[in-house]
Amino acid sequence: MASLRDIKKRIDSTSKMKKITKAMEMVSASKMNKAEQNAKAFVPYSEKMQEVVASIAKHTDATHPMLQKREVKKTGYIAITADSGLAGAYNANVLRHLNNTIQKNHSSSDEYTVIAIGRMAVDFCKKRNFPVAKSIIGLPDQPSFAFIKDIASETVQMYSDQEIDKLVIIYNHYVSAISQVVTTNQLLPIENMDTTTGSSSQYEYEPGEEEILAVLLPQYAESLIYGSLLDAKASEHAARMTAMKSASDNASDLIDDLSLSYNRARQAAITQEITEIVGGASALE
Amino acid sequence: MKTLTVSVVTPDGPVLEDTYEMVSCKAENGELGILPGHIPLVAPLAISAVRLKRDSGEDKLAINGGFLEVRPDKVTILAQSAEKPSEIDVARAQKARERAEQRLRSNDDHIDRLRAELALRRAANRLDVAQNN
Repeated sequence: MASLRDIKKRIDSTSKMKKITKAMEMVSASKMNKAEQNAKAFVPYSEKMQEVVASIAKHTDATHPMLQKREVKKTGYIAITADSGLAGAYNANVLRHLNNTIQKNHSSSDEYTVIAIGRMAVDFCKKRNFPVAKSIIGLPDQPSFAFIKDIASETVQMYSDQEIDKLVIIYNHYVSAISQVVTTNQLLPIENMDTTTGSSSQYEYEPGEEEILAVLLPQYAESLIYGSLLDAKASEHAARMTAMKSASDNASDLIDDLSLSYNRARQAAITQEITEIVGGASALE
Repeated sequence: MKTLTVSVVTPDGPVLEDTYEMVSCKAENGELGILPGHIPLVAPLAISAVRLKRDSGEDKLAINGGFLEVRPDKVTILAQSAEKPSEIDVARAQKARERAEQRLRSNDDHIDRLRAELALRRAANRLDVAQNN
């Protein structure tokens, strides 16, 4: 049985650890709230964008490369992860999904390329020798659109330049504070546009439909990337909060168990001492 | 006087929603003035200033990467960024302008001229809106 002092030491270190995980839990909770607000602030923009694009797509025969399927020679995957761990299965889920998708669909590394967002994705791809077209690390907790704009527009440009023929995004979708689901979305070419939401009014287009689509669709694709990123950030903070909460809970359990054995050991020591005294006294009689 | 509801929305959230009498902006192929009762219209906007007019005065916004959707009683401007004069960081815009000018002057083949030009236009637009207010 461990000595009293050893148990005491473990209780102390566990409670220090618990303090830290508790603090991290609270920090993540407030970051999650903020991220949720950011995601909400983005909704009006994305809805309006969707509405206008859908109504143009509905009323015109104008075509644009981004609306047309073409033979897929190379697929681009955007993987959104965090920069750091300690977020439960948050990063692992995305990376496992990415790995499975690539193994299933591609036989050579010429057929795909990865746009890695977050240090975890960058390291993962490096380790597995996945070709990485672009990467970004050090994203702030509350990314503004300006921060992601460059990588988003460069990625959309890759599609326009026919470097890639399909663009897929993999990230954790935020369902609620306790549930995040890995989601795979095809961003480009834009398919199954929901035309029912488009407004019924017929617009006048200045200068012309094709020109408008040429301006609008890249912006639409960029906004989808940004939307996914906001979603992923909210999930990240939620996942981290849950992970830290269960770490704190586990620490509490451990401290309870250890306190119990500490008290048992203390009692045993006292009992032994009394037995010895009584034994010594009766030997003298 | 009839009025229009104008709302300006960016990915970082709504910037402004109010009623005005006239919207004056620069589309890709020329100036546009929108009065109440305009036919439905969609037009991309240049990197420029949007002026919103009403009795009590005029508001200005520096717009980048946006387009305009007009309905008879409502104008929506969707933009990648939209800033009021008071929100513009003049020092940062000035630095951005210098950087872009330097890039354009350097005649280096490795430089993405288009991007530098766009950066220059954005910075110049911000400065213009911030200073001529």
